[in-house]
Amino acid sequence: MQELMKAKAQEMLSNGSVTRVLAWKKGDFETNPEPAFFTKHVDDMVYNQYCATNLSNFMVGVEKEEGKTLVFLKPCDTFSFNQLLKENRISRDKAYIIGVGCEGVKVIDEMQETGALLEKCNVCTKIKHMVYDELIGEDVTRRVTDDPLTRFKDIEAIEKMDAGERFAFWQGEFSKCIRCNACRNACPPCGCKKCVFDNDNYDTAQKANVTTFEEQMFHIIRAYHVAGRCTDCGECTRVCPQDIPLHLLNRKFIKDINALYGEFQAGADIETLGPLTDFNIDQDAEPSIVYDRG
Amino acid sequence: MSVGEFKPLVVAFCCNWCSYAGADLAGTSRLQYPAEVKIIKVPCSCRVNPLFVLRAFQKGADGVIICGCHPGDCHYSTGNYYTRRRITLLYSMLDYLGIEKGRTHLEWVSAAEGVKFATVMNKFVEQVYELGENRRLEDWRCKS
Repeated sequence: MQELMKAKAQEMLSNGSVTRVLAWKKGDFETNPEPAFFTKHVDDMVYNQYCATNLSNFMVGVEKEEGKTLVFLKPCDTFSFNQLLKENRISRDKAYIIGVGCEGVKVIDEMQETGALLEKCNVCTKIKHMVYDELIGEDVTRRVTDDPLTRFKDIEAIEKMDAGERFAFWQGEFSKCIRCNACRNACPPCGCKKCVFDNDNYDTAQKANVTTFEEQMFHIIRAYHVAGRCTDCGECTRVCPQDIPLHLLNRKFIKDINALYGEFQAGADIETLGPLTDFNIDQDAEPSIVYDRG
Repeated sequence: MSVGEFKPLVVAFCCNWCSYAGADLAGTSRLQYPAEVKIIKVPCSCRVNPLFVLRAFQKGADGVIICGCHPGDCHYSTGNYYTRRRITLLYSMLDYLGIEKGRTHLEWVSAAEGVKFATVMNKFVEQVYELGENRRLEDWRCKS
C-alpha cells in the first residue's frame, strides 16, 4: 500500500497536477513518522501503523499557497477535513484527497511499540472516508465495534462519582498540564488566529507560569470552544506529553449533544448546522435537565 | 455581620429587556430579595459568554444565575434559544468537572414577573448559603 501511495504521489508531482504532497515522512526512528510536505521526490514517504498525525490540520497552513496539494487522509482524518471545509478554513478545490485505509494506530512509548492501539482506535466508528477523490487500500480498514456507545464508557464512570471526587479527579489530571499548547496546536477545529489565551500586547503564546489557570480554566475553555465542532479525532490526547485524557472533556460534550439534541457527528457532512449554531424551538431541553438528573 | 460569617456572592446576569425589567419591577413593588445578588445587565441572555460564568467563579462568586426572556419572547427573536443550548452544555460540563449543581442556575423571567424574580433569587441564594463558600475554580489573586 505504501508503494502504491508513493507511486501515485510521484506520478502526480511529476506531471504537475499537484504542487506538493502532504504525507508522512520517515522519522529518526521507524516508530515516529512525522508529517511533511514533498515538492520533488517522495522517497522518504512512509505509511504504516505509526502514522498517527491528522494531516487535515496542515491543510490550513497551505490554504494561501499556490497550487494544489495532494493529501493522504485516514478515514477519521476526513471528518476533520470536512469540518475545516465547513468553516471555510480550507477550500476543496485546492486539495486532491487520497483516502487511505487504516488498520488502527499503534501506541508508541519511548520509541517502542507497546502492542496496544490508540484509545480512539479501540472505539473507532469512523471507518468510511467522508470526502475523497480517490481511495487506496480502503478495504484494510477494520471495523472495531458495532456499538457506538462503547466510547462513552469512561465518561459514564466519571459521571457516577460524586461532585467532590470528580473535582479531585480533574484537578489531578489538570495539574499535570505544563501548558505546552500542544493540544491547541494539534486540534483541527481549535484554530483562531487570535487565541483568547494569547497575550495581545506581546503577540506571543502564553506559557505556563506559577498560576492555577491551567488547572482551572485552560482545558475547560478549550473544550468549550470546540464543542459541537470536535470530531473526536483524539489528537489532543495523543499529543499530550503529560498524558492528560483530554478526549474525556470533548467526548462529554459529544455525549450531551447526542443525548439532548439528537445524534450529531461533526464533519460527517458540510451542510448540517452545528448543534450550538442551531436550535429547536419546541424540543430543546431546559438547562434544568442538568440539575434534575442523578 | 460578625467577622467570619459567610456571606455569599451571587452574580446574576439579567437580560436588558425582560429580566432586568423584572428586577426593576421587584424593586418598585417593594419585594425583598437578598442583597447578596449582584446584577449584571446584558443586552440579551445569549450575550453571556460561557467564559463570563467561569470568570465569575474565578473571581470568587459562590453562585451564578442567568436570567433571560421566556423562550419565544426574546427581544432579538432567537437569542435565548441559543442561550438554552449553550448554557445547558456549560452547566452539564461544570457538573462533570465537579462544580456543585446548586451553584449554577438559569431561569426565564419576564418583565412582568417581579414576584418570580424575587422568589427565584431568594431560593437560589438560600441554596448557595447551604452549599457554603465556593473554593473550586476560584483564584484568590483575582479576588477583590
